[in-house]
Amino acid sequence: MSIIITGLLLGGAYALIAVGLTLQYGVARIMNLANGENLVLACFCTFWLFSTLAINPILGILIVAPAAFALNWAIYSYALRPLVKRARTRGALEVDSILATFGLLFVFQGVMILTFGGGYYSYNFLRVPFAIFGENYALNRVVAFGAAVAVAIALYVFLYRTRYGTAIRAVAVSPESAQLVAINVPRTSAFAFALGGGLTAAAGALLSTFYTFDASMGVIFTMKALIIVIMGGVGDVRGAVLAALLIGLTETAVSSLIDPGLTVAANYALFMLVLLVRPQGIFGRSNA
Amino acid sequence: MNHVLSVAGATKKFGGLVAVNEVSFDINEGELIGLIGPNGSGKTTLLNLISGALKPTSGNISLNGALISGQPAHKIARQGISRTFQLVKVLPGLTARENVIAGAVFGHTHVWGDEAEELAESLLEKVGLSDRGDSPTGAMTYIDQKRLELARALAGNPSVLLLDEWLAGLNPSELKIGISLIRDLRNEGLTIIMVEHVMDAIRSLCDRCVVMSSGVKIADGEVNQVLADPEVVRAYLGDADA
Amino acid sequence: MSLPTTREWQIAVGGLIVLIGVALVPFFGSGYVLSLTVNIAMYTVLCTAWAMFSGPTHYISLATAAFFGIGTYAVGLGLETLPFPVLVLVAGACAAALAAVVGIATLRLSGVYFVIFTLGLAELVKQVVTWWQTNFTTSVGLYVFTDFREQHILWMLLGLAALVFITSWAISRSKLGFAMRIIGNDETVAKHVGIDTARAKVLLFVISGAFIGMVGAILAPRFAYVEPPSAFNTMISFQVVIMALLGGTNRIWGPLVGVIPFTILMDQMTAYFPNHTPIVIGLAFLAIVYVLPHGVTGLMADLGKLRKRFKLVAANAGEGA
Repeated sequence: MSIIITGLLLGGAYALIAVGLTLQYGVARIMNLANGENLVLACFCTFWLFSTLAINPILGILIVAPAAFALNWAIYSYALRPLVKRARTRGALEVDSILATFGLLFVFQGVMILTFGGGYYSYNFLRVPFAIFGENYALNRVVAFGAAVAVAIALYVFLYRTRYGTAIRAVAVSPESAQLVAINVPRTSAFAFALGGGLTAAAGALLSTFYTFDASMGVIFTMKALIIVIMGGVGDVRGAVLAALLIGLTETAVSSLIDPGLTVAANYALFMLVLLVRPQGIFGRSNA
Repeated sequence: MNHVLSVAGATKKFGGLVAVNEVSFDINEGELIGLIGPNGSGKTTLLNLISGALKPTSGNISLNGALISGQPAHKIARQGISRTFQLVKVLPGLTARENVIAGAVFGHTHVWGDEAEELAESLLEKVGLSDRGDSPTGAMTYIDQKRLELARALAGNPSVLLLDEWLAGLNPSELKIGISLIRDLRNEGLTIIMVEHVMDAIRSLCDRCVVMSSGVKIADGEVNQVLADPEVVRAYLGDADA
Repeated sequence: MSLPTTREWQIAVGGLIVLIGVALVPFFGSGYVLSLTVNIAMYTVLCTAWAMFSGPTHYISLATAAFFGIGTYAVGLGLETLPFPVLVLVAGACAAALAAVVGIATLRLSGVYFVIFTLGLAELVKQVVTWWQTNFTTSVGLYVFTDFREQHILWMLLGLAALVFITSWAISRSKLGFAMRIIGNDETVAKHVGIDTARAKVLLFVISGAFIGMVGAILAPRFAYVEPPSAFNTMISFQVVIMALLGGTNRIWGPLVGVIPFTILMDQMTAYFPNHTPIVIGLAFLAIVYVLPHGVTGLMADLGKLRKRFKLVAANAGEGA
């Protein structure tokens, strides 16, 4: 039982990261491999706000997420949009965006190492026990999960109940047709990319309350998020959430039952299974 | 009768949409068949089922009596089905000669080295591109790209050649050249299925016509007879009261 | 198949002279110069093997560190029982087997899946090896004691370099090489002219992986003590991608143009500004995308074409006048 709950609590943060990435890839068509660095940067900023200005990490989201939104908007417009324009095929864009975001990954990582050093960080926030079904869990994990759910619900309402959200989903399905119904595709793509960055940053802020972080852990999170996105089906928000919870559960189960050193291996086993059995994702429709 | 290609109950569903619905027909050796129908009637999908680009949801397709449906495209190509594409696909990084050789190495014919070069040279000449073997292909005109694609398809020495709107987008004088090229191929005894919207070409080239509408075969027979069929006219022009 | 052309003979003879020249380095330089030469030789083989697969297919492989590490471990584990040359072959075979498994699982799918999978592959193998060593053996590392010194490693690497260049050249002239060029141009066409695209890609990935595994094996004596974090060092994967793409993959010797300057640069960086290396790697990636999309050799080829066209225009203008 405790494995299931710990796994679900972890899965909440994973879900936000993965949804952020799936917006960037599914809508803006950019596989953003620097997404994990975005997350780590948010961890550091939240930590800095908390330790120097005593700003509550949950409220810190209100600062960190909009800042990440602006940063990602700028990255998309200045660095990635030119690649979209020059790409002759989807494949060419894929290669270019992978290499470019690798570049961003290392630049961000380098800057963070220079600024914060290579050490591990964590801080004390709501580190008190909280009982669920008679067993104790850290309150910060529970609060972080609650906040993640709140953000996810807000996103769902935005995507499925508003005009602009519908436009985003239209671009995800077909940029060509979206253009025909007067949707500004470049702007919508930029918005989706920025929104994805903002969500990931929110996840980072939440993660920092209970997770020990360091400047070079971004790649691992990008990888987990990518596995989640593919498992859930590219561009599928519900699939991503479900896959995130599944990954959170598997990780917790493997690390508490077998060996904490095997979490990546466990994720890979799941990933391999999905690729071999359902490469279109859990909810994905086969389109061949 | 010796059927080269038999399509029996071929069906393709995309989710809830039935793009090709229980289509059946047979083709004899040396026939040139026109596959026509309004836009979105499932012609290209049917061609994709035959060439293996798509797998049929149900139904059988066989080539010279051997079942080919359900196999991947490269295996079907090796058994003797060549095709051109609706949106012309040349290999831009290869020269014209290499484009043609590409069709002769891995498929129904296996030639390599000097033999392949000679074959490519003769096919380039046949489609009217002699002395253009070393040209980069990215900068070729539209008709030349189409010629090149045809030469590549012929290089596989196909039992059945599939032409997907090969004449579309050509100007009137190019169209004349294109039609006479296909006529030559037919006179050599090649079995051809052509998806086409250019009715003049269908009338002057085809022995037989298969008409599709909304995924269903609605007519099959001699060209003029089929084109006069009220149901075919309705499929193209809509109901009188619509 | 036709015989090599005169130009190809010239390149082969030139290459042989360079190879012999480099083989003589240990007699003139030692210490720093020698170790830098070994690094350059190592990255030359790695990048050429990488480009063999990733050049024509445009699949960006980050599996280098995994293949390399497997090769190193094969030597570490088998040193007691088998002679070294056999171990190098075993290392190649192990890496090839891993490449086959990864290739079969991911190469049917789009490039993004492949990148992601290979990105974590080294980490995955590292975790499994560490877990297995801590639970089933006495220590996490392995000792590799041999009589090999830097110069022996260099000579072995140069032999492998010759082999990898010859293999690359032979593939580029073979049906497999031709099939890869067609796949790189248009995969749909490739399938419809009868190419089993999945099989061709897996085959090439396996050959490339085998070479990388052998490099790992040859480098094993240099470590003396092999541990998972040093054997499966992800940075190798990234550096190989950068060097190969900086040089350009449209010529067999293209990667070499990137290897020499970047190996020296990284060597200086790790010595004097270790904290700045990620930034340099990041900037190198950005430079590849925005400044040199076809690498240095691609740039030279473009300039050459431009000059030819200019001459042609000038000639035409002359005729007209």
